[in-house]
Amino acid sequence: MSDERLSVRTQVLLWTAQRASAAVLAICVVVHLATIIYAVRNGLSAAEILGRTRGNAAWAAFYTLFVAAIAVHAPIGLRTILAETFSWRGRALDITVLAVALTLAMWGFRAVYAVLI
Amino acid sequence: MKNDFRARNHPAYWAFIVHRASGVLLAAFLPLHFWALGQALHGEAKLETFLRWTDQPLVKLCETMLVLLLAAHMTGGVRLLALEFLAWRDWQKSLLAAAAGVALAAGLAFLLNVV
Amino acid sequence: MSTLCVAVWRGQESGRFQEFDVPRRESQTVLDVVTYIQRSLDPTLAYRFACRVGMCGSCAMTVNGRARWTCRTHVDKVGESGRLEIAPLHNLPVVRDLVTDMTDFFDKWARARGQFQGGTTRKDEFARVAPDSPARRLADAAIECIGCGVCYSACDVVAWNPAYLGPAALNRAWTLMNDARDTGNRARLAAVAGDAGCHACHTHMSCSERCPKQIAPTASIAGLKRATIAAALRGDLGDG
Repeated sequence: MSDERLSVRTQVLLWTAQRASAAVLAICVVVHLATIIYAVRNGLSAAEILGRTRGNAAWAAFYTLFVAAIAVHAPIGLRTILAETFSWRGRALDITVLAVALTLAMWGFRAVYAVLI
Repeated sequence: MKNDFRARNHPAYWAFIVHRASGVLLAAFLPLHFWALGQALHGEAKLETFLRWTDQPLVKLCETMLVLLLAAHMTGGVRLLALEFLAWRDWQKSLLAAAAGVALAAGLAFLLNVV
Repeated sequence: MSTLCVAVWRGQESGRFQEFDVPRRESQTVLDVVTYIQRSLDPTLAYRFACRVGMCGSCAMTVNGRARWTCRTHVDKVGESGRLEIAPLHNLPVVRDLVTDMTDFFDKWARARGQFQGGTTRKDEFARVAPDSPARRLADAAIECIGCGVCYSACDVVAWNPAYLGPAALNRAWTLMNDARDTGNRARLAAVAGDAGCHACHTHMSCSERCPKQIAPTASIAGLKRATIAAALRGDLGDG
């Protein structure tokens, strides 16, 4: 049985990380929504998207930060939801959530690489 | 005994439901989103093929829902940050109305731009 | 004289609603209704009350799905349809009928370090606390709690996360955090932090919505969340 719990300090730091990443995401999402609404006005095309993103250091930095913040924010939220919905708590949950975080980060950075390089 | 909808029927609880549901749906959408962008690794044509698939009206409707969910999760989240980190005032309900308004406006702006 | 159809919970966790017809009276409270049933219709009905005037906090029940003080709830306000549904408080074990076991609720006050911990003796001077100091005002906003359990019953997080201390205990801890005389704050912060403490709160605000004293435990819990961040960053939450 893996009933080992994170220390209270770690729990609080996780909560803090979720709020801090939320603040970053708030700004990222505003930029993202504005870009989406601007980009779709004449329909999306691969040439237009890649023309905007490829070789642009500012967009590269922005989307890297965006993905990093998501990879912190979403798994911590998921951890709470799984605990509350399925009474799943302890080490197995924490390891699962960490795996989700790493997978999201990997997939996200791959996507950023795909449209920026 | 547990609470039912009668105990939960108030604005802040509805805001919670929107926040949780949008959070779960957005998290579920992320892998698909990252996969789609990853198509560019196989060349511009691959990405273009995917984008033409998204031109279907049903996909556009789903996209509008996603924009709405993203905007709602963002404005709802800013509301939570304000409630948790700013000094407590009696403007909780105004904050809620503003969050809902901004989210709907973003969804509408997207919808008007794609149709 | 009109009558009121009242469905009352009978039994324990498993049980059923039993219907009674109760004469409708002027200025009748829900507690009057329950008392009428017990005295005139079925003396085996178990319920709890003491002061009848909103001071003791012992008569809280679930009325038409919402936690309320029955002594301060007029039938006029909740029974327009001529029907009332009266159940024990939610989120607490049912002893019998309308009586719940409040042990968990009060044990959590103790776990949140809800006891005042002074650092002076009777030989010392009185502490002088300016009534308009910021800390005193924060304590004032939360101090009127009489421990009725309405917020605990309204809170969903309590049901989803059984270790969660709940709104009343955390609200109490927050008043002590703002008490200039109290010396127990370091241990108190450690006790109220984390997944079973203030950080479990989702700001549903059901506690603040239902509190009969118009206290906002959500605000107190937000205060604790902020106070614990600095302590966590310093590594000062007791368990490293």
